Parts: sequence; structure tokens; C-alpha cells
Amino acid sequence: MSEFMFHSNLNNQNNLIKNKLQLKSRGETVLQAREISYRYGTGSWIMEDVNLGVKPGEVVGLTGKSGAGKTTLAKIIAGYLKPNHGRVTIDGYLLQEKNAPHPVQLVWQHPEKVINPRWRMEKTLLEGGTYTDELLQDLEIKKDWLRRWPSELSGGELQRICLARALGASPGYLIADEMTTMLDAITQAQIWHTVLHMVEKKNIGVLAISHDNALLNRVSDRMVDFSMIRDKYETKK
Amino acid sequence: MNNKVRKRKYSLRQRTIAKIVIALVLLLIMVVSSLLIGPDRLGVNLDLRNQSPSLDFLFGTDWLGRDMLARTLKGLVLSLGVGVLAAFASTCIALLLSLVAAWSSWTDRLVSWLIDLFLSVPHLVTLILISFTVGGGFKGVVIGLSLTHWPSLTRVLRAELLQIKQAEYIQVSKRLGKTRGWIARHHYLPHLMPQLLIGFTLLFPHAILHEAAVTFLGFGLSAEQPAIGVILSESMNYLTTGMWWLAFFPGLSLVCMVALFDLLGQSVRKMIDPYHAMK
Repeated sequence: MSEFMFHSNLNNQNNLIKNKLQLKSRGETVLQAREISYRYGTGSWIMEDVNLGVKPGEVVGLTGKSGAGKTTLAKIIAGYLKPNHGRVTIDGYLLQEKNAPHPVQLVWQHPEKVINPRWRMEKTLLEGGTYTDELLQDLEIKKDWLRRWPSELSGGELQRICLARALGASPGYLIADEMTTMLDAITQAQIWHTVLHMVEKKNIGVLAISHDNALLNRVSDRMVDFSMIRDKYETKK
Repeated sequence: MNNKVRKRKYSLRQRTIAKIVIALVLLLIMVVSSLLIGPDRLGVNLDLRNQSPSLDFLFGTDWLGRDMLARTLKGLVLSLGVGVLAAFASTCIALLLSLVAAWSSWTDRLVSWLIDLFLSVPHLVTLILISFTVGGGFKGVVIGLSLTHWPSLTRVLRAELLQIKQAEYIQVSKRLGKTRGWIARHHYLPHLMPQLLIGFTLLFPHAILHEAAVTFLGFGLSAEQPAIGVILSESMNYLTTGMWWLAFFPGLSLVCMVALFDLLGQSVRKMIDPYHAMK
């Protein structure tokens, strides 16, 4: 842990370490990515020994430059990719569930890619499990959208469906990877309002990924700069 | 500049619908008329032997005085039945094997190997072998056809599945806790549906032709059944005596039916899968 102290952005790192220590001492359930290293094939390492923790009911903002590997980390935590080293645990347990919804749900950057184009929206929604009218109302999803095809909705509308689907699987943690980047400010605020409401109500932990620092500052309890946790080796040299 | 682009009077959709209608009408006429033909019209009538085509006997009569039109119709319906059964079974096998191939990397290798194995031997040879081993007749031909016509369609379906397997929405579905069976039923099957339909319509004429071929060679349907293949092989003996109508009309009607369904399959494919035209 002590290597973190060398970073210039001491504030963030101190926060992270403090949080981790607190979490450890309290013994709470917590989503942890420990010493994650990853590279595509035999290419150069995209990240080495990355540590990140999210508590239930906490919103952690992850910022970083485009192409830094934020999404790759998100995919690793949500179980889409297997890290070369390291592990992702919840409450100390490895995530290995099969045929049950993954406890960490990822909301993708491009909603049109994660929806089957041959399904009506209602089936897509039900893929996550159940949905309530209340949730649809909170996300401003109109009832008549459910009868439509994906090509008949805008990106923002699809993204709301994706969010509703992810929440329908009642995850313990949610990763919002540039979830609202394509939306206008008002809708963005609406959606985040709903998400923060859910965080409170269901005690969901959220990892919000964006390069929009202003947004992350507004919604998250603490911020982590991805380049700080990623470039450990470089700074050590 | 665009002089070379041929302007068509009717669109692809209109032409396809026209082909479907024509094919269905012909099918209906064939099936209904063969149902109306009683055993008396198929019977032997030695007074009317070797009649050339006339208004009474449109397709002429054979060396036993049997009406060739009635025999041809019966034969076509029989071929149709064999074709539908075999094409359906082949499509099912192709679907099943492509799903197996999508299961894991070693099943994929196994299925690819099987496809290559069957494609490396000419259809007709395996068809004759299987049909002969099973014991010939209707059952032998159908089993033989079903077991030999799946490889090309399986290859197409496997490629489609390879593509969709990597799609993000499938990955998401897995993380939402869906089983492989669920994903196969709800994601894969609707995706493969157009290919299955096209595959079936294209397999169907192919199966009919091969049925006729294997029957012609004597390894297929038995001689007392009025199959087109049987008619053709029997009439070979009489062609030299100038009775051209014995082989001409049955052969022509077989070719017409096959060509019609082939055209139908091609244009349905062009409509559903326009990229295929560029390949």
C-alpha cells in the first residue's frame, strides 16, 4: 500500500487507503478488485496491480483519459474479462456464480450494442428479471416503448432501458461506464437522481466511470484517478 | 453512366411473392390431382400401349399402356414428400450440430471436422452407401438424404453463431444469469431463423434431385413405386425405339419443379440476406 504515497495526487490516494482500512476494520461487505493486472494477448500491460474498493451505498467516481483502460477494468470487475493476475472479491469471496445474475452489473457505454436488435424492449427488460412500474417511472421510461423495437428508440432511451434491466437483476454493485455521456444535461440529472435514490434505498455500491470530472464530482462520494492507480510501476521506476 | 444498371419492371419483393404464389399453385394442383387419380388410371391397359402424346394422353402412354401423366403426377408428389421430409430432417441436423459447435472450442473443432469429412466425399456416394446400408426403399432414401445434405447449411449456421456468440448482448445475457439453453432458445434461434428458412428451401430441390438420381441408379425407391427416378430408368430401355415422351415429360416436370424451388430459395435469400449477393 505504501507505494501509493509517492503519488502527487495524495488526496485521492489517501482517501482510497483510508477507505480500505476502514472497510477492513469494520468487516463490511465490500466489492474489491485486488492487484489486478491485465493485458490483451501478449501486448504491453494495460494495468498492473490495480486496487479498487467500493462499499455498498457508496458512489465511487473513476476518472481517466480516453483509452486509459477504465472500461477494461470495469469489464474485469463485472466478470466479462479474466484478469491475468489478481482477483475480484465481494466480502472476501471470489465471484464465480453460474446461471445466476452476476452481483456486479455493468451498464455499457453503447446501449445499442448490448440489446438484441430482434427483441422488443419488453423482452430486453425482462431479461434482467422483473421490473416495477415505479422503476420505469423513475427512469422516465414510457409504457409504450416496451412494445417497440430497439431501432425505434434513441440512444438515451435505450440506455435507460439498459439501466432498468441491470437494476432488475437486483445487483449488489453497479458499474456505470460512461452511462450518461450521450444524454442531455436534464436527462443526465434525472437518471443520476434515480440511481442515487436506488443507492440509498437498496444500498447498492456504484462505480461511476467517466472522463467528465464535473459530473463525477457531483454524484460520487469520492474520486479515483485511474492513471494514478494504474501507473504504479512507472512511477516506481 | 448507369446504363449498365438494368431497370426491372418488378421489384425483388414482387418477384419473390410471384414465385411463391406460382410454386404454391403448382404444388396444390399436383397434390390435388394426384389425390384424384385413382388406381384405375394407373393401371395397365394393353390396348393403349405406346401411344404418343395426344389430347387423351397428354404425356403419352408407356409399353404397358399406363398413362404417363398420372404416373408423373404421382411420382412428383412422392418426390415432393421425400424432399420435404429429407430437407426438414437435414435442417434439423444442421441446426443441432451448429448449436453443438457453439458450445465450446472442442465441440466446434469436432463439428468442423465432421463437415469437412462429409464435404470431402461426393454427396451421391455417401447417399448410395447410407441408403443401401439402411435397406433402401422410402426409408433408406429419406435417411440417406437427411444424413448427407446437412454439411453446407451447418457451415453457414456455424459461421452465423460464431459471429453472434461474440456479440455484447450475448455476453450481457450470460452475466444476467441466463443459461446456455436459454440463450440458445431466445438469442440464437431467432437469429438463425432466416438462414434456416433459406436453407430449407434450397435443400429441398437438391434433395429431390438426389432422390431421383439415387432411384435412377437403382439404390433408392423400389421399382413398383411411380417415382420419377424409377420412370426415368425404366424408360431408358425404350428410348431407342423412339418413345421419347417416356423420359421427356417426367424429366422436364422434375426439372421445372426443382428449378422453381431453387429460384424461390435464391430470391428469398436475396431478400432476407442482401449481403450474400456480394459474396
